Amino acid sequence: MKTLRIMIVAVGGQGNILAARILGEAAAAVGITPRMSEFHGMAQRGGVVESMVLLGEGRAYCIPDGEADILLGFEPSETIRAAKKCGAHSVIITNTAPQPPFTVATGQSRYPDIDAALAKLAGRVKRLIALDATSLAARAGSPLSLNMVMLGALAGSGATHLPPEKLRDAIQAKTKAAHTGANLAAFELGANTGAQM
Amino acid sequence: MHPLLAIESSQSILLLGNEAIARGALEAGVAFATAYPGTPSSEIALQFFQISRESDLYFEYSANEKVALEMAAGAAMCGLRAMTSMKHVGLNVAADALMTLAYTGVNGALVLVVADDPFMFSSQNEQDTRWYGKLSGLPILEPSTVAEAKEMTLSAFDLSESLKLPVLLRTTTRINHASGMVTMGPLRERIVKGAFEKDPMSYVCIPAVSRELHPKLLDKMGRAAAMADESPWNRIEGDGRWGIVCNGVSYGYVSDAIHELGAADRFKVLRVGFSHPFPEILTHWFLEGCEKVLVAEEGEPYLQEAVRNCAHRNGMMLPIHGKGEGLFSRLYEFDPTTVKRVISSYFHLPFTASASIRTDDLPEVPARPPNLCPGCPHRAAYAAVREVFGDEAIYPTDIGCYTLGLLPPLRMGDFLIAMGAGIGTAGGFARATGRKVVAFIGDSTFFHSGLSPLASAVYNNHDFMVVILDNGTTGMTGHQPHPGVDLRHLNLERAPVSIEAAVKGLGVENLLTVNPFKYRKTVAAVRELARHPGVSVLIARAPCPLYERTLPHYRKRRPFRVNAAKCRGHKVCLSKLACPAFFAAEGQVGIDPDRCTGCALCAQLCPENAIMPARDKEAAR
Repeated sequence: MKTLRIMIVAVGGQGNILAARILGEAAAAVGITPRMSEFHGMAQRGGVVESMVLLGEGRAYCIPDGEADILLGFEPSETIRAAKKCGAHSVIITNTAPQPPFTVATGQSRYPDIDAALAKLAGRVKRLIALDATSLAARAGSPLSLNMVMLGALAGSGATHLPPEKLRDAIQAKTKAAHTGANLAAFELGANTGAQM
Repeated sequence: MHPLLAIESSQSILLLGNEAIARGALEAGVAFATAYPGTPSSEIALQFFQISRESDLYFEYSANEKVALEMAAGAAMCGLRAMTSMKHVGLNVAADALMTLAYTGVNGALVLVVADDPFMFSSQNEQDTRWYGKLSGLPILEPSTVAEAKEMTLSAFDLSESLKLPVLLRTTTRINHASGMVTMGPLRERIVKGAFEKDPMSYVCIPAVSRELHPKLLDKMGRAAAMADESPWNRIEGDGRWGIVCNGVSYGYVSDAIHELGAADRFKVLRVGFSHPFPEILTHWFLEGCEKVLVAEEGEPYLQEAVRNCAHRNGMMLPIHGKGEGLFSRLYEFDPTTVKRVISSYFHLPFTASASIRTDDLPEVPARPPNLCPGCPHRAAYAAVREVFGDEAIYPTDIGCYTLGLLPPLRMGDFLIAMGAGIGTAGGFARATGRKVVAFIGDSTFFHSGLSPLASAVYNNHDFMVVILDNGTTGMTGHQPHPGVDLRHLNLERAPVSIEAAVKGLGVENLLTVNPFKYRKTVAAVRELARHPGVSVLIARAPCPLYERTLPHYRKRRPFRVNAAKCRGHKVCLSKLACPAFFAAEGQVGIDPDRCTGCALCAQLCPENAIMPARDKEAAR
């Protein structure tokens, strides 16, 4: 299989690493070899968390600029920051609900106009799916299930060949039993939204 | 049962590089493991810590890397299979022991995992551990994949046992923090009881003994070199006339690149996984028939020098390049595109990098600088010291979460180089300038490297203040215990070592302990200590809020809120503390009740007393 390169960007605490793990487990379950790497130096202290998931042939653990087939952005300004990973062939799936850095809260820096930036990006990649994953997660019963909404949107979009049921299995296997219900509900809400856009 | 013990042989599962290394050690029958935590190595120790609680594997978090290595060396001298893991700079601390341990060798097996951090994702430098192979004479293995990390760990134990030498397993962040499919092998039996046979003329490194031991080490290095030439970790792929020598993750980039460039049949690749001693004979054989050679390695030109030496010794004149202008850099991490670009330019192959979409007209995205957490006691201690000394004092700092205090508005950090160096350099700053000097050090770092510089400062009559930021854990690397931490809640009997007793024992007379969240008392304590010349110590003690949440009996405190009717918009809270629980909306300051820990520091600084506890979260909104 041709390598599928999925870049996930998020803010610390949004569940990026777990989402990557679930993608990797689902791929392994259908016999696709996953390779992944993560950068989470200061995740708990407000920093950016990046995961790179490479499915299929090849040996590298990271994704160079222009080569992400899919950019999964859990926070819209982080999607914009990581846009250089995309080429014209890329699919961007992004949350639209901002989580501004602290410097914005204190007025030291300005948060960008997300709608305008996403509109520009939409014209440059194959497909851009923008959804308010934060609200959908809350609707599913847990704001912490944002990562599951995003995985659902990815599954619903049809941008990967990973079977949704394998993703659901991996969610059940890798998340705490107490949260499985909300996580699966969040996944479905994301999947429905991703399929419609 | 711990997953790394439970997975059955021949199963393939997705593992983090550090988990793969721990599994490899278990498959090798590791019985004794030690570590001082450090990114990107910390998850190795975490596996052993957990496994030691349900098996007869011995594990400890030692006070620093040198102690960790010495512990493991003691066990290995008695015939056990031992492992110690650390980040690259940790080996500097352990190096003193390592250099002479290479002379004595070991009786069981001893594997040191040393994790390099090219690009310095979370380190103070990007030194290349491979030079330690040359310096010590010890073998080095370097995996290129997560699966290989497990296999090489297992192999490192066998190598160590057959040579009776410690072996270094050198990784980089992109292996430690990468995940891949790993196939399990059988778990060998752990032999947890060893025996020591006295042999002072082989083990007590007085000059007369060492003069006998050094030639023995050289002899072992000769045997190791022959093993490197035969090792399956050093292998040649392809039979083209263009040569590429590579190691570690660079091998993956090279392998992908020559296929993607559609020229794999023109290349011959030497992947060096057993890199010290260098496989000379194999490399000579590889160079035969090569027109030109490119060396692809992150970090220093270690392989490049070795390959050039090999060519020189064999009278070969072919071009061999690696580092240099238009080629590879000694700086930072490689990525697949960099490697592909250099290969194509060196061998004159057509190549266009994948085009990124246009991004230059996208709005600038504000950075997300890491910040001290809401409710972090370090913020409180820093604010109090700044209140007293402002910019007048010089603030040498140290390695840990609290290094983040260098950021505005706290700006508490003027010099940072190494663990313990905050106290070590303070006397130099004070003597050279005559200015007030306040050195900061965390509790874990204090036990790691703070004791000896403090004793030295007291004895040599220096004049500075030390603030020990005691948050009761090793915060930055994931809350590992240190000698001051009580672990009874985990049913682990450890009598915590008192920092006060240690400081007093080292001769410090002016010592005060405060809860930094009592702001005025802390300011008063700093002023009081400042009245006394000489070395004084303030212990600022309050728990790390992330760690505290994991402890039994933890009770959430009520969040605080800003009373808009009383707030006059001085924004002292924001401008002095920069707690990330704060936000400013339409000119009005507010507190996010989901992030506020109720530490009450801001409430003590507000000139209007406009910050008060909320009845509950909803009232705070």
